[in-house]
Amino acid sequence: MPGRARTIVTGVIGSDTHIVGNRILAMALEKAGYRVVALGALTPAADFVRAAVETRAEAILVSSLYGQGELDCRGFRDLCVEAGLEDILLYVGGNLVVGKRSWEETAQTYLEMGFDRVAPPGMRSDTVIEWLERDFAARERGLRRAET
Amino acid sequence: MNAALLIDFGSTYTKLRAVDLGERRVIGAGQGPSTVTSDILLGMKAALADLERRCGALPHFRYRLASSSAAGGLRMVTVGLVRELTAEAARQAALGAGARLVGTFAYRLTPADLERIAQLRPDILLLAGGTDGGNAAVVLHNAAALAAGALECPVVYAGNREAADEARALLGEKLIACTENVMPEFNVLNIEPARAAIRRVFIDRIVHAKGIDRAAAEFDAVLMPTPAAVLEGARLLADGLPGTRGLGDLLVVDPGGATTDVHSVAAGEPAAGVVRQGLPEPRVKRTVEGDLGMRHNAAAIASAAGLDAIARDAGLDPERAGALLAEVSADIGRLPANAEETAFDQALARAAVRIAVERHCGRTEIVYTATGPVTVQHGKDLTRVATVIGTGGALVASAAPRAVLAMALADPANPFALRPRAPRLLLDREYVLYACGLLQSVEPQAALELALGNLSELDQDTAHERTRHA
Repeated sequence: MPGRARTIVTGVIGSDTHIVGNRILAMALEKAGYRVVALGALTPAADFVRAAVETRAEAILVSSLYGQGELDCRGFRDLCVEAGLEDILLYVGGNLVVGKRSWEETAQTYLEMGFDRVAPPGMRSDTVIEWLERDFAARERGLRRAET
Repeated sequence: MNAALLIDFGSTYTKLRAVDLGERRVIGAGQGPSTVTSDILLGMKAALADLERRCGALPHFRYRLASSSAAGGLRMVTVGLVRELTAEAARQAALGAGARLVGTFAYRLTPADLERIAQLRPDILLLAGGTDGGNAAVVLHNAAALAAGALECPVVYAGNREAADEARALLGEKLIACTENVMPEFNVLNIEPARAAIRRVFIDRIVHAKGIDRAAAEFDAVLMPTPAAVLEGARLLADGLPGTRGLGDLLVVDPGGATTDVHSVAAGEPAAGVVRQGLPEPRVKRTVEGDLGMRHNAAAIASAAGLDAIARDAGLDPERAGALLAEVSADIGRLPANAEETAFDQALARAAVRIAVERHCGRTEIVYTATGPVTVQHGKDLTRVATVIGTGGALVASAAPRAVLAMALADPANPFALRPRAPRLLLDREYVLYACGLLQSVEPQAALELALGNLSELDQDTAHERTRHA
């Protein structure tokens, strides 16, 4: 859709108040030309989906930093499917590794939940923006997301 | 004398108030039957005769302003996208315009929904959906469905701005007004333009459609639906005018025969350290509790509050309360005739006020996070509201109105309901809020002073009243 900014929903899921990283990401996305609907801290999963429906968002970026992300994010893709957003891009990031689990194992868990990209701790917002660009470009070629 | 006549074409009565604008006082009241189904002029003439009987020869009225809730009120259906977002914003706009909301719909309208809407026979349908630049598919699907369906009423469009032109083309002549989006951005409420559009349609079209303009020789203008007059009066009374201070944040409670209306004029911002969640609510907010009515819905009040609790509050045994409930439900015109019936009515009104205000006000909950407990607020925090005003027949007729109105106050047993903690309690004995709402369109200063000077302070509890302490 040339000439029209894509809309992205961001927020911190569950009973999590860590808002700073999410704010920085939202500012970077806006600077990159996206329309950002920033839901802030303490956001229930259903609110991400409702916001995305109403604003016709093309991606939802979920942050979780307090160690309960896996519980909060379970069923997230199903909620999207239920609301008619089966194809929306879903990214998750923050402090997702809990205990002695490896990063690979953690990332795999989230991918299986239906997230398209899983960001490790310390991820730069530039990388997220590159992912988005590649994935949106891939979508225009009819793919679900970019290979890398 | 500089006088005004204020007319309420109601569903049961045609009610008049004559006001002396110079003295800022109510001269008198008159009442006739509501004759909107035959010839509205008959009821109007009867009411004028009654007014003359009560206060002598009538002065020349400089203004004759009317509101109407006759012929079923302003029946509205609202349609939005997500139930908690644009559908809720559309609902708030309709309620704020003084409508009687008969149906609310969300997401794509199905054939069954369309059939239901046609059965509801709304006077106006408000169509919303999508933020500006957001979802357009659903609002356009709904516009097309409404255009093709059997719906006859005019449609006001207040959805995604990007879809407005296409919606206009789809709806053709059914579209009567196209106004700003009720939710232009996610979680931003913008209901004033839709409210104004609904009111214009009401004045231009509905007044005629309902046959109210047959009495046009007796009034200058029908300005708004009656509930909107109370809301406009409350708004002016709270805000005041340059040079005349208003009362500040306030809450108005009106327990009526069929519904209990609650109006608030207050931002309701969360206290320090409290996090707000959900859709922001309008500063001037009206709620209508369709299941809390002193007569038509007495049984519903009893089922919401519990018949035993009402019996206890009235000092009656439950069987006697049950019998009285059956009597008032069967005879909606009934007035209490003895001490028992008075006590029962009082208990019904207390329950209606408590539940209606609890639903109107916001609430908090404690969310336990990794960094400790956080208080989350939904809706408006009305704990610091300075004034609570009671209006309507049930309160004015009550022998102990303070005991009824005090049920609007915060209850230490339920600290999560954000009801007023320590407000002044006022009673609107002469329906000046309503008069103020109509008059503010022509003489705002007189309207404000009329309301400021004619509300009665409800004094501290007298011994026979049972109130609880906030």
